[in-house]
Amino acid sequence: MTVSTAVSPEPWLDQKEQEPLVKIRGVTKKYGAVTAVDNVDLDIYKGELFCLLGGSGCGKSTLLRMLAGFEDLNSGTITIDGVDMADVPAYERPTNMMFQSYALFPHMTVEKNVAFGLEQDHVPKLDIADRVHDILKLVELEDFKKRKPKQLSGGQRQRVALARALVKRPKLLLLDEPLAALDKKLRKQTQFELANIQDKVGVTFIVVTHDQEEAMTLSSRMAVMDAGRFKQIGTPTEIYEFPESRFVADFIGSANIFEGRVTEDGVDHVRVETEFCEVYIDHGHSVKAGSKIWVALRPEKIRLEKSDTIAEGANQTAAVIDDVGYLGETSIYKVRLPNGEIFDVTQPNQSRPTHAAQRLTWEDKVNISWDPSSAMLLHS
Amino acid sequence: MYAKRSRFLTIMLTLGLAFFYIPMILLVIYSFNYSKLVPVWGGWSLRWYKELFQSAEVWSAVSLSLQIAVVNATFATALGTLAGLAMVRFGRFKGRTLFGGMLVAPLVMPEVITGLSLLVFFISLNQLIGWPAERGFATITIAHITFSMAYVAVTIQARLTGVGQTLEEAAADLGAKPFKVLTAITIPQLTPALISGWLLAFTLSLDDLVIASFVTGPGANTLPILIFSRIRLGLRPDINALATIMILVIAICVAIAAIIMFRQQRADLLDRQMAEREES
Repeated sequence: MTVSTAVSPEPWLDQKEQEPLVKIRGVTKKYGAVTAVDNVDLDIYKGELFCLLGGSGCGKSTLLRMLAGFEDLNSGTITIDGVDMADVPAYERPTNMMFQSYALFPHMTVEKNVAFGLEQDHVPKLDIADRVHDILKLVELEDFKKRKPKQLSGGQRQRVALARALVKRPKLLLLDEPLAALDKKLRKQTQFELANIQDKVGVTFIVVTHDQEEAMTLSSRMAVMDAGRFKQIGTPTEIYEFPESRFVADFIGSANIFEGRVTEDGVDHVRVETEFCEVYIDHGHSVKAGSKIWVALRPEKIRLEKSDTIAEGANQTAAVIDDVGYLGETSIYKVRLPNGEIFDVTQPNQSRPTHAAQRLTWEDKVNISWDPSSAMLLHS
Repeated sequence: MYAKRSRFLTIMLTLGLAFFYIPMILLVIYSFNYSKLVPVWGGWSLRWYKELFQSAEVWSAVSLSLQIAVVNATFATALGTLAGLAMVRFGRFKGRTLFGGMLVAPLVMPEVITGLSLLVFFISLNQLIGWPAERGFATITIAHITFSMAYVAVTIQARLTGVGQTLEEAAADLGAKPFKVLTAITIPQLTPALISGWLLAFTLSLDDLVIASFVTGPGANTLPILIFSRIRLGLRPDINALATIMILVIAICVAIAAIIMFRQQRADLLDRQMAEREES
């Protein structure tokens, strides 16, 4: 397979040097009165593994189908490698798609399925045989080429679908929920395989998924979609650590979200007044003093200590344990704040509790606190 | 209570099946009756089978019926498939609702009306262009295609809707042009529906008496027309023999189809189990 030429590991940062492979500009798709995709813009660069993440009906699959050429746009343009796709039918696009149901041709063997795309391009017979052999080796299915799809297990079918989509060396591979039909154990294992294969072949991937863990593990960058729009675009770390809205903070992982008012807006810090304590954030934000905002705290970033004294000062407050959930590797504590709000706090179970007294339990008085870098400011 | 009800159901089932099958069994038994009078038992004999095989009239009717049925089934399947494709795969085109309605109209139209209107049509056509001068094979075949096509279209539509469009999209995505998608993906996908559509059209044609009676001409007797005209002169044992042969042929065909389907299903199941085992 072709190996990608040297590209910057973060091409979206040096936009001047590189032209995006896919340019989506003002794309809108309506079905009757329903707007499935609402005026979206997006750049995707060569070699990326880009995830479109969102719940069902958010427009992610529609966007993917528009890239493949199965749906017309109501307005906007899609450009792939400098060519406007408006008048290019699906069968002439430099894209290939891996379908959620795999869409393997049931009346053809694995070999014929994989060769189908090459035959359409009139590739010489000997080359077809070589390329089919190579790609089946990559997905470890050389011994299955004479089988029909119905003679394969779910995981094997998934790999045939991937091989068939990759064998034409598309500029862009579109994957619609590639792992959704696998059982949980196989899915985890395949996530890493998929990323490895992408690394080997150097093809740009766009993956549609509703599974946030899948998006986090796979992607170089991802877009969180809701109601036909992008809520936020960024690397998994950016999306998780710096969500911009309550929707994103809540959709990716879990978060304790509460209201506050900005009291001080410094160059390198922000102070927020809330109902139970002052929140101090040790980096600058573009907010105005006096404005109403939301603060989010990830459950794993909150410390929990047994204490009878009432905590005072920024980034800490007294609380009472309302409920405990033991998950083995971690425990979830539901703690009640002085104003009645309930926070989730997760704590790793680093040592075995030997005495019952060591264990935190119902109605224990505790202090919760967090680092000045941990609280996240949300504008909407 | 429960036992009572189940006995009631058993009795109803027995009665239902008896009502259905006893006439056929009687027919088969009487076909071996030596007596010339159907209701009078004259001992076991193959006399009427022998007479049947010697009757040129019967054999020409069988041959005509089969020819019409084969030509009808083939054309009806081709046309019905195109109509089904138009309905399911062409999206919303102008006049789609009207077309869909007109397509299924022959299913609900009384056969007498269909037959009569076709007869009127053939007569006026003959006056206009001088064809068909004589009614027979051609007119019956055309008449049969017009109504059995509707049945095929419905079968194809159901299958097309059932299999969805994903495979066709996958083929297009891999670079297949629309015509190639049709021949390489859609048609093979439709194979079961094409076979059942063809068989349905074949049976409908073989079975039809009313429409064929309207549009046939002198000398062109299909099998149902022949049987019916003979029955009008009273029950005849040679017709019983003919019917018995037909029942036998149908039973053999159904049995073969069932065996093939059962074997296929079992092979698929075994293959799948093998694949699952290999993976774990």
